[in-house]
Formats: sequence, C-alpha cells, structure tokens
Amino acid sequence: MTGSAEFFDEMHDADGGVRDAYSDYCTWFDEQKTGLLKRKHAEAETNFRKTGITFNVYGEDEAEERLIPFDMVPRVITAAEWRKLTRGIEQRVSALNAFMHDLYHRQEIIRAGRIPERLFRDNAAWLPNMVGFTPPGGVYTHIVGIDLVRTGPDEFYVLEDNARTPSGVSYMLENRETMMAMFPELFMRVPVEQVSDYPRRLAKSLAACAPACTKGKPTVAVLTPGIYNSAYFEHAFLADQMGAELVEGSDLRIVDGRVQMRTTSGFQPVDVIYRRVDDDFLDPLTFNEDSVLGVPGIMDVYRSGGVTIANAPGTGVADDKAIYSFMPEIVEFYTGEKPLLPNVETHRCAEEETLKYVLDNLEDLVVKEVHGSGGYGMLIGPAASKKELEEFRKKIVAKPENYIAQPTLSLSTCPIFTKKGLAPRHVDLRPFVLVSPDKIDITPGGLTRVALKEGSLVVNSSQGGGTKDTWVLKD
Amino acid sequence: MLGRTANGLFWMFRYLERAENTARLLDAGLRMALTRDLVTAEEEWRSVISTAGQRTGYEAKHGTYTGMQAWNYMLRDKDNPASILAMFGQVRQNARLCRNAISGELWEAINENWLVIKDQLAKPVGENRVLATVASIRRAGTLAHGAMEGSMLRDEGYHFAQAGTFIERGDSIARILDIKYYLLLPSLSYVGSSLDTGQWDQVLRSVSGDRAYRWLNAGQIDARGICDFLILDDCFPRSLAFCHSELRANLAALARLHGKEGLSNELMREADTRLSDLTIDRVFDQGLHEFLLEFMSGNAAIGNAIAQDYRFLA
Repeated sequence: MTGSAEFFDEMHDADGGVRDAYSDYCTWFDEQKTGLLKRKHAEAETNFRKTGITFNVYGEDEAEERLIPFDMVPRVITAAEWRKLTRGIEQRVSALNAFMHDLYHRQEIIRAGRIPERLFRDNAAWLPNMVGFTPPGGVYTHIVGIDLVRTGPDEFYVLEDNARTPSGVSYMLENRETMMAMFPELFMRVPVEQVSDYPRRLAKSLAACAPACTKGKPTVAVLTPGIYNSAYFEHAFLADQMGAELVEGSDLRIVDGRVQMRTTSGFQPVDVIYRRVDDDFLDPLTFNEDSVLGVPGIMDVYRSGGVTIANAPGTGVADDKAIYSFMPEIVEFYTGEKPLLPNVETHRCAEEETLKYVLDNLEDLVVKEVHGSGGYGMLIGPAASKKELEEFRKKIVAKPENYIAQPTLSLSTCPIFTKKGLAPRHVDLRPFVLVSPDKIDITPGGLTRVALKEGSLVVNSSQGGGTKDTWVLKD
Repeated sequence: MLGRTANGLFWMFRYLERAENTARLLDAGLRMALTRDLVTAEEEWRSVISTAGQRTGYEAKHGTYTGMQAWNYMLRDKDNPASILAMFGQVRQNARLCRNAISGELWEAINENWLVIKDQLAKPVGENRVLATVASIRRAGTLAHGAMEGSMLRDEGYHFAQAGTFIERGDSIARILDIKYYLLLPSLSYVGSSLDTGQWDQVLRSVSGDRAYRWLNAGQIDARGICDFLILDDCFPRSLAFCHSELRANLAALARLHGKEGLSNELMREADTRLSDLTIDRVFDQGLHEFLLEFMSGNAAIGNAIAQDYRFLA
C-alpha cells in the first residue's frame, strides 16, 4: 500500500480544501478547542458503557462484553449523493426479492440460462421446504443491509448484500444519540436527516407483512437466541424501541395451529416474528434437531400461512458471494434495467480460467469464502505474508468453488479523531432497507464502519473496526 | 407480558433486595466493630456472617473470624454465591433479560450501579475504604428504587417487581430475627446482658430501624419491644406486617389486571388470617421461632404460587 493520495478522501480534496459535504462540519470543528474534543472523546465511551451498548465476542468468556469503538467525526453524505444511492438500493433490493421468489418457484432465471443451477444447489442456505411457498405479502427480504464502498467522487460499489439477518442498526441509532448528546449545537447548525424513527418504520413495515389470519393489530415479536448472543443488546434494544415482545424459543409453542407465546395470562398468538436466529436453528423438527433456540413445528405453521417470519427462511442464499457475482445479471433480469449501483469486479474461482488468473495474481487480490462473513476466512493479498499466501493458495486449489476473488479496492477514507488530530481511515457504509408489500423504505443514514488501524482495509468490528455516526444532509 | 419476563422482573428485585440487606448487615457490623474492642470482634463478625446466612460457606474457607476476611467474603468472594458482587451481577443479568419491560432510566441505573460496584470490588477491600464502599452499595439500591418509582409504568411488571421486593424483604427480616433469637447468644443466661442488648442494637441497625425504634420507644432496648416493632408495626417499611400489606396490594392489583384470582391470592388470604389481630404476647406464647418458621414457609409458598399463577416457567 503506497501513500494515501491514491485513496479518495471524503473530507478533503487533493489540494487540501474541504469538500462541500463537510464544509459546515469543518467550520464548527475549527472553532473547537482540542482539549475539549479530547474530553468529549472519553465521554463518548462512558456514555456507551452506561447505556450498555455492548457486544459479546465469540470465543471469549461469556460474561465478557465489549464496546465497539466509536469515532466522533461524522461521515457525511450530501442529499444529492443519497438520492442516487437510494435509487440504486431500491432497484437492487426489489431485484433481490424477485430473485428469491423466482428461485423458490419457476426458476425462470435458470431456465433462461442467466445463472447456473449449481449456484443454489450447492448452497447450504438453499431450503427445499420453501419451494412453491409464497410468504405473506410476497416479501422475502424484510430487512436488508447493503454494504457499500466508495472509491471516488461519484463511485459507489456494492460490496455485499446482507439478506439473512443484517445487524448493526442499533449502532446507527445510538451513535446518533451519542453525537446529539455530546454536540447539540452541531445539529442546530448542520441540517441532518433524522434516523431515530427507524424502529417505528421497522414496526410498521413488519406489521404490513402480517399473515391473513391476523386478528386486529398485528402482534410483533423479536426472536433472540438469548442473552449470550453477540447481538443480544441490539435484539433487546429493537424490541424495546418498537414496543414489541422479546422472545426466546422456549417462550413459543405451537397451539391451535398458531405460534403462541407464553404470557402471564396464558398463550397468545404472535403474527410476525422478526427472528434473529439462523435458519438452521429455527425449527428442530425441520432443520437442526439439536436446536434449543427455535420452535418445534414453526415451519408447518409458516407454510400454512399462520405466521410471518422475517426475513423468510432460505433468503441466506442471496448472501452467498458466488450469487453476488451474478447480481448485475439478476438486477437486469428482474427489473429490465441496467444496475444503477455497480458490483465490485468479482472472479469466480469455480471457473477454470479464472482460477488460473486468481492464482497468478494472488498478491494483488482479496479472496473471500463464498459463505463467509464477518471478515473471517478472507485473504487480503497485498497485506499477506508469503507464508499466508501459500497457505491460502493450497486452500483455493483444494476447493476452488468455495472462493471468489476481487481486486484490492481503493476504499475511500474519512478522518477519525486521534491524539494527534484528524487522520484518514478507510470506511464502508451499510444502509438499512425495509421491504413491505407496497414499499421499499430506506432510512437516510446507516452504519459507517471504519478501520481504526492506519492503512487497514478491514472494517469489521470483530477485527478491530469501529463505527461513526452517518449523516445524510438535508437539501 | 411474557411469563419469562415476569420471572426476570421478580428475581431482579429479589436479588436487589438481598444485596441491599446484606449491605445493611455489613454496615451494622462495621459500626459495631468501630466501637468494640478486639476481644469481642471475633464474636461480632461471627454473628454478622451467621445472620447473613453465610456461616457454613465462610467456615469452609476460613478458620477464624476477622473483620477484613468477613467483609471481603460478604462483599466479593468468588466462592460465595450470595456475595454482594454476585447479587448485583444477578440483578443486571435479569435486567438485561427483561430490558424491554423496564424503563430506560431503571436500566441505566442498574447498569451504572453494576459498573461502579464491579470496579469497587475488583480488588480486596481494605479498612480505609470499606465504609465508603458499603455506603456506595446502599446508594446504588436507593438509585434503582428511585428510578423505578419515578419512571416505571404501573402495569403488571411493576407489581411483579414489587412482589419480589417484599417477599425477599419479609424473608430476610424473619431470618435475621430467628438467627438472633436462637443462635447468637452463647446460653440463656446471657439474656438481658450487654452482649444481648448489643446484638439487638445491631439487629435494629441492620434493618435501618434503629432511629425509628428509638423515636417510638424512647431508647428502651428490649427483645419484646424490638420484636413487636419488627413484626407488627405497620408503619415501619421493613416490618413483616408492612411487607405483607404491600404484597397483598400487589397481588390484588395483579388479580385485577388479569381478571381473576389464583393460588397466590388464596395463600395471601390465609397469611392475613394468621397475622390479623396478632399481638406480640401471642407470638411469644406460640414461640417466636415457630412463628417465624411458619411465616417464612408461608412467604415462600406465596412466592411459588406467583410463579405458578403467572406462568414464570415453561
């Protein structure tokens, strides 16, 4: 990795001038005393500890709760940029939903020869039980997180689609709360779009997907694997903010053909389950029989229209990175339009010639497992040692269809606050998208993840990344 | 409300009450230690640990009673499942479990308490900071109760929390009285001795009742008067009569909200019959020990009935 000049700096242009998006912020910033900002920086952490926004790290002591580091310099997006992104995201998400329906019905896209059948036949997330079944309202992907990266003034790429159970939205909300508590005057000076009504929008969107058998106002519940899950805080937070019940598998039971929860006055039907439990654990009768997190028989109720499960079981197919590589074709097939948001160029190691190219250029590429997530099981060629490269080469050769490769992207940077002042770090962006039968709703903002280590391109919180408040400016 | 959530609220407040009661006992013990000589100190600390119901565990670990060992055992010993640190851990765990049934203010109070207490009890507590530590633990309880009173919806969740508080408090007061009366004095000939009055004084302090008792009884310390006060005075918020009257109100509210009465309401009525028109003379005629045992088992039965009536467990 050479000097930072080759990366797009979102705050400053090549001559060191401040870009439009950040001009109000920088004016304010320059008026602040450094000592005060340092104190505020420490204050932010206390605030997060106090409210209990923590996550549990896999493999660590169960009682261990960590904070995701928060950086107090906001990531700013202009209204015009956001409008463009919104159109691209809407297009992509509606294509994803149509793709899911097609995949579990007539499979027109495969008949048309646009994607190979093996893609989903080999996919562990593919669920044969979903074939021929349409979820209430025809919605598969109720909540989607689209991971975007930026490389230039007008260049945004989709890096990943998270259609299974995207997490992190509580950070979008709490980062904003923290920023408003620390710097109220900033929000009086800079017109920023609100994100705080996300839980209300989520509740509304989920309620709109309730099954036909719902009587009166739909009952929505968040299904969590429990208190030791890494994202438990978020599950509890969203349930609280939506005014929904927070249930575990042991609270639910099938009674009279409905999924019902054990309340203090007996069993009561649940209409919509926002599940934060993986497909595998959803129903021990259908999937993993050892699961104690799920509800025996829930899939039968689901298939007979007695409950809505969000996201629909089987949507994890779309998170697969081999499927991702076909997204341009998928978008075009279902929308009849060229994709507004481009994919990152992706090499499928399953294809023989491509494999050769990947192996020949390993030190310049980023290689990912097709089913991997969270930054695990990936190789960043330019940052890897000879030994790491050789070990990864063996893994790819042994199972090429398990890997895809992408060029090392020149991810944009946004400054973070350090002891020595502002310093550029690489960022990505995850906006949160809600899908209901008649609407795709995108909250103006999202989760900006930032690699805190100088030069690092890995933004995942499990790998030392932090987060920033994300501002979408009003017109 | 989910049965599991109701269970979480009930136990969150039982553990909070238990932690506070242990802190009160410890506070009383520490004050005593400041005014007594070293010869009797061992006896005092044995009585504090016994009253907290932690004697077996303590003696399995330590052969002697010293202040430093005793308070560190009660505050933070990893082998003591009833240590204050363990209790606050349970309080927070339950608060996390029913996070969407408690107000943000209450959650933050509990979470902050936990952070402060965990920090204070991270290392052994020496003489120079033990009083301040106990004081901050007691403030933590006060903060949580205040946050709850000022911000929680008076729905069933509130009544489950309150029921947990008063069941635990009643149990704790009965236990303290029982241990004092039957276990602490070396023999009957000590009744009325300075050791005896000293221990009664400690009992009053450990339930924060010393000032109220003095106010009502002009400083006269005697066993019968103190038992009368701690069992039957319906103005003192830590008497058995008071705990029962609060519990009765909470159970009635729960029955009203659910539109029907359950086993817990039935048992509550039976307990009322036992307590109504009771005088301290009748208690002593029956035998204090027998009376307290009956009270504790009745109290525990009501607790179990609440869990059953409101489907706490699958």
